Amino acid sequence: MNILVCISKAPDTTSKISFSDGNTKFDENGVQFVVNPYDEWYALVRALELKEAGGGQVTIINVGGVADDAIIRKALAIGADNAVRIDTEPKDAYNAALQIAAYAKENAFDLILTGKETINYNGSQLGGMLAEGLDLPFVSLATKLDVSGSTVTAEREIIGGVQVVEVEAPAVISCAKGMAEQRIPNMRGIMAARTKPLTVVPAKEIDDLTTFVSYEMPGEKSAVKMIDPESMDELVSLLHSEAKVI
Amino acid sequence: MILVYINSENGISKASYEAITYANKLGDVVALSNGSLPNEELSSMGRYGATKVIVDRAVNGEDQQQLVRMIAEVAASENADTVVFVHDISGKAVAPMLSVRMNAGLVSGAISLPDDSGAIAVNVFSGKAIGNVKVNSASKIISLLPNSLPPEEVGENCSVEEVSTQAGEARIKVLSTKKPEGEIPLPEAELVVSAGRGLKGPENWGMVEELAEKLGAATACSRPVADIGWRPHHEHVGQTGVAIRPNLYIAIGISGAIQHLAGVNGSKVIVVVNTDPEAPFFKAADYGIIGDAFEVVPRLNQAIEKFKAS
Ligand SMILES: Cc1cc2nc3c(=O)[nH]c(=O)nc-3n(C[C@H](O)[C@H](O)[C@H](O)COP(=O)(O)OP(=O)(O)OC[C@H]3O[C@@H](n4cnc5c(N)ncnc54)[C@H](O)[C@@H]3O)c2cc1C
Ligand SMILES: Nc1ncnc2c1ncn2[C@@H]1O[C@H](COP(=O)(O)O)[C@@H](O)[C@H]1O
Repeated sequence: MNILVCISKAPDTTSKISFSDGNTKFDENGVQFVVNPYDEWYALVRALELKEAGGGQVTIINVGGVADDAIIRKALAIGADNAVRIDTEPKDAYNAALQIAAYAKENAFDLILTGKETINYNGSQLGGMLAEGLDLPFVSLATKLDVSGSTVTAEREIIGGVQVVEVEAPAVISCAKGMAEQRIPNMRGIMAARTKPLTVVPAKEIDDLTTFVSYEMPGEKSAVKMIDPESMDELVSLLHSEAKVI
Repeated sequence: MILVYINSENGISKASYEAITYANKLGDVVALSNGSLPNEELSSMGRYGATKVIVDRAVNGEDQQQLVRMIAEVAASENADTVVFVHDISGKAVAPMLSVRMNAGLVSGAISLPDDSGAIAVNVFSGKAIGNVKVNSASKIISLLPNSLPPEEVGENCSVEEVSTQAGEARIKVLSTKKPEGEIPLPEAELVVSAGRGLKGPENWGMVEELAEKLGAATACSRPVADIGWRPHHEHVGQTGVAIRPNLYIAIGISGAIQHLAGVNGSKVIVVVNTDPEAPFFKAADYGIIGDAFEVVPRLNQAIEKFKAS
């Protein structure tokens, strides 16, 4: 299988989040960036497992500026064969999705994997947009993924349960926890990644349909009310009459 | 006109009434659904502001692309300029596809109505900040995070109109479906009782399950507890698990690591039980109890029993 894995850059969870330019821009100063965990742990590792079992190629694709090369090399070190970076800072998921769709149309892939969502904008948007842009079937929130010939079997989350579905490749799959285990790149992988091909392609003219105009920090939580461990009646009465949740 | 898509496969959820209420504040509302839910139940959406409900009985929704075609066709025939979704498992998949089909900007996970400038708030950076998004296109899609506004009854049941759309062939084949009976699905639960490594072993979960049952709550857990197999994986909440926003989240023997908080900090009220007064979770809590779970939880169970009897 020829598999394309979409990876995005995300701030490490422990990063302090702040904004600059009158709260209109994410302040990247001192922020440590990682491969978005869903893309790395689940989509990429499962793609590598499928390739190890059945042959083929794993290509990673990222829409971003030159600063994204660091996380692309990380994904190559984990084992992807080659990488493509579409050279533009995407303003919204629609733009990024249609950039990737344009590339995927010119290069045949059997399977396209995305993460469930990015942990910075948490939009959960790009996978579905990409599928529709390519007119391919979309299996969202897959927790298991197997391939036999051109038939793809996936377990996906649905409201109130799980479902096993089958679809003919090519298809777009968004990947969630359960699909694979994290892999830590070893020294050999890191060395090999330096010489693996990273192709930079120019971006297409595509509109941004949405704009983040400003950011704010959520309101401060009021101080915690401590309750004596002996007085659970008091807690229950507070939850009922003060918090009004039971 | 505002079109609201409602997934009625499991009946009409509270979040669906929230979406109708939200749409009703933006303009005239038509609700659209599919599948086999009886008309009497579909018509209840009128009470929250829908002027009518349109339903395509032939579309089962298993291939989300069919839903996209159905919604796009009805949006065009009803002249809808905005389509509203519930930001649940269904909406998260369908809204982005519709965005490309209709060339309509998507606000994913909205938590507010548009302000005077048209900007809508969404959670970003795992709930550590809020971003305000503006849509640049003429048509708009908004997918509304559950629990963002209370549903408001404003009228009577409305009429239901059956239609037949060109939803096309399904390319996704469903082999099997599993829905655990009797359990409250975590993403939709309004009350959640959660426990972590502080409970020492899987054999000690009895009191947690009892608490959940007494409250009518769903159960959840921290990641290490799911990883070592004390609890099933679908209970794992946090940055890499399920993100939830219940009305009440009770955290027992969980330290409150940032990756855990990322999945629960949208909860309305948080109660923390922990032996360690320095546990970071107390900073995110509304009510804190410094104490041993093995004493506090049974006492809490008794207190709830007493409260329910009174
Ligand atoms: C990239 C990444 C992603 C992650 N994603 C997640 C995620 O999605 N969800 C998640 O939960 N974690 C996640 N983690 C792990 C997270 O960092 C913490 O390690 C984890 O949440 C800790 O679980 P815990 O609180 O159950 O255990 P511990 O940290 O061991 O805490 C146990 C707590 O129980 C208390 N305690 C002990 N005995 C008692 C008692 N008798 N009564 C009451 N309290 C008691 C202790 O004081 C302590 O605070 C992630 C980590 C990384 C690096
Ligand atoms: N700039 C990007 N480049 C490549 N893939 C991306 C990019 N942004 C998002 N993705 C992919 O789309 C998934 C969903 O992202 P989002 O819609 O932002 O939540 C991510 O998990 C990635 O797999």
